[in-house]
Amino acid sequence: MSDTKKSFLIINRKAPYGSSAARDALDVALTISVFEQPLSLLFMDDAVLQLLPDHQATLIGQKNLSANLSMLEMYDIDQLYVCQQALSLRGIRPDDITLNITLLDSQGIASLIKQQDHVLSF
Amino acid sequence: MTTLHLINKTPSESTALGDSLATLSEGDALLLIENGVYAAMPAYAEHFTRLPRTIQCYLLNNDALARGLNDLNPDFAAIDYDGFVELSCRYSKVVSWF
Repeated sequence: MSDTKKSFLIINRKAPYGSSAARDALDVALTISVFEQPLSLLFMDDAVLQLLPDHQATLIGQKNLSANLSMLEMYDIDQLYVCQQALSLRGIRPDDITLNITLLDSQGIASLIKQQDHVLSF
Repeated sequence: MTTLHLINKTPSESTALGDSLATLSEGDALLLIENGVYAAMPAYAEHFTRLPRTIQCYLLNNDALARGLNDLNPDFAAIDYDGFVELSCRYSKVVSWF
């Protein structure tokens, strides 16, 4: 395998469970990490709802997404970012999130995107 | 002739919530399912403050619990799947907004 490294950003914008977007993004994140490429995850818009703790997804016949998100650090995926405005619009306090995540405003998001070689949207 | 309105999208995901709220009639009911349950987060309470008193508001409890939601808007009664069936029979029509 070539030693060339490319940086990736995955932008999550969808709520969990209503569609496969959140799970698809997670699958792609794990795939990118297998190839040991620098990876960041950004949660904005409805995707901040993925970060609420204590999902009981088995009640709707699905797998628990928040459990998987909390395992990301184990795969060395620790560059996690969340849109501050999306949180406050939904009345979610940063303390409500159990993941180790960095808050960004629109300007911070702009420079995060600017730094990347590749950006994938879900 | 009363109608049960089903909403399965978040307030920012589509205009379903706004469109349905604008077209409710007296005596209708609103039921939030799937991603629609997020509309019962306190931050969205303002959407529902102008609803007529005769409108009953419900949410599907399993969908709320699945998403880790608690301390939701107290104007919404949490119902189970049997309650969903019961509501579907009680109202003469069911309209899905998505």
